[in-house]
Amino acid sequence: MAIADETTLRIVLYEGEGAASLNAADRGATVTALLEQGYAVTCAGAGAVAPADDSALLVLGRFENGQAPEAEDANGAVTVAFRDITGLDSEGITALVETERASTQSAKHGEWKPWFPVIDFDRCTNCMQCLSFCLFDVYGTDEDQQIQVQNNDNCKTNCPACSRVCPEAAIMFPKYKSGPINGDVVSDGELNREKMKIDISALLGGDVYQMLRDRSQRSRSRFSKERSSDKALGERTKCLTKLAAEADIDIPLEVLQSLPSADEIAKKAEVAKAKAKAALDSQSS
Amino acid sequence: MADQPRILFCHCNYARVVPDEVKQGVLDGLCQSGRAFEAVADLCEMSARRDPALKRLAAGEEPVKIAACYPRAVKWLFGSCQAGLPSDRTEVVNMRELSADDATAAVLNDTVDPNLPADGSVAATEGEKKI
Repeated sequence: MAIADETTLRIVLYEGEGAASLNAADRGATVTALLEQGYAVTCAGAGAVAPADDSALLVLGRFENGQAPEAEDANGAVTVAFRDITGLDSEGITALVETERASTQSAKHGEWKPWFPVIDFDRCTNCMQCLSFCLFDVYGTDEDQQIQVQNNDNCKTNCPACSRVCPEAAIMFPKYKSGPINGDVVSDGELNREKMKIDISALLGGDVYQMLRDRSQRSRSRFSKERSSDKALGERTKCLTKLAAEADIDIPLEVLQSLPSADEIAKKAEVAKAKAKAALDSQSS
Repeated sequence: MADQPRILFCHCNYARVVPDEVKQGVLDGLCQSGRAFEAVADLCEMSARRDPALKRLAAGEEPVKIAACYPRAVKWLFGSCQAGLPSDRTEVVNMRELSADDATAAVLNDTVDPNLPADGSVAATEGEKKI
């Protein structure tokens, strides 16, 4: 099942009428433990909380006499369960919640890749450069030919390359170390990136292979004696690493190493360009 | 207490981009305050999942304070899930830039200073922060 199709479980830590209050330390330990397990928690203290939706609800509290109430949603739309946590420590509470999560078949948290692009549509001009550039089919278009992130899981961890080629600095990776890729404010200077764009295009396009051919030519005699796929891969890695270091573009080595062959890159690039062109043509027609 | 903003706290579980002492300090401050709040493990995960809870968290008439990271990132983590945050009553407290004390004070302060970036805004100077 795609992660976007899974349901989630909303945990409510209830301290209102019919339940005892937790002290701050217990409240903090409970909330922290649940967050670290990936759960969302509503602490229903003084003040407003977000409205209900149709997520399953699990209400935790130190209920009077250790008896959790029984209740159901008046509209029958939401699954509601109450559980008494009197005497449980944070470890016991998370175990209780995990059992409930499994019984409601809600999403298991943490099974996702915390690295994917987020498009700033205030800045995006729908130029399709990201779609044309990405070799891993992360991007696509919706029915209105608007660029979209469609395949999060295809994105290569720690690789912000598409963000660097975006002429409007409209692609963010919120977990990146520095701005504006991490979502920090975009300065005028960040928009002047044409040189970097050319460097990356060369790196991922054809010049890498030209460089390899040149090296291969220079060491033909040695290669003729000991040609093997392992050695070729080693050469390719060295070359790519050197190029990546010189270009200072912060593309992880494992991404460079996982790039397909030159022919495959060319084919993928053609497909991506065709998709981008079709989207742009559709916009203008 | 009806005028108090709602509070949403992001624990940023899956990366160390928010300093531990800041996010734990803010969470401790919230737990000690007795205020109601929503805490989520990771807004990025919710956005990746297209979690419908983002719409719930963005909905409501009250102003909202979000303790997370950069306002531009937060805006589009919600926006990419068609869960638009109201720009006139949303303040993002950036735990990547603020100390634990400053972030906690900003979250618990009932005055909301909306700071989601306006359309297509570009900072006047490099390194300018919204917060």
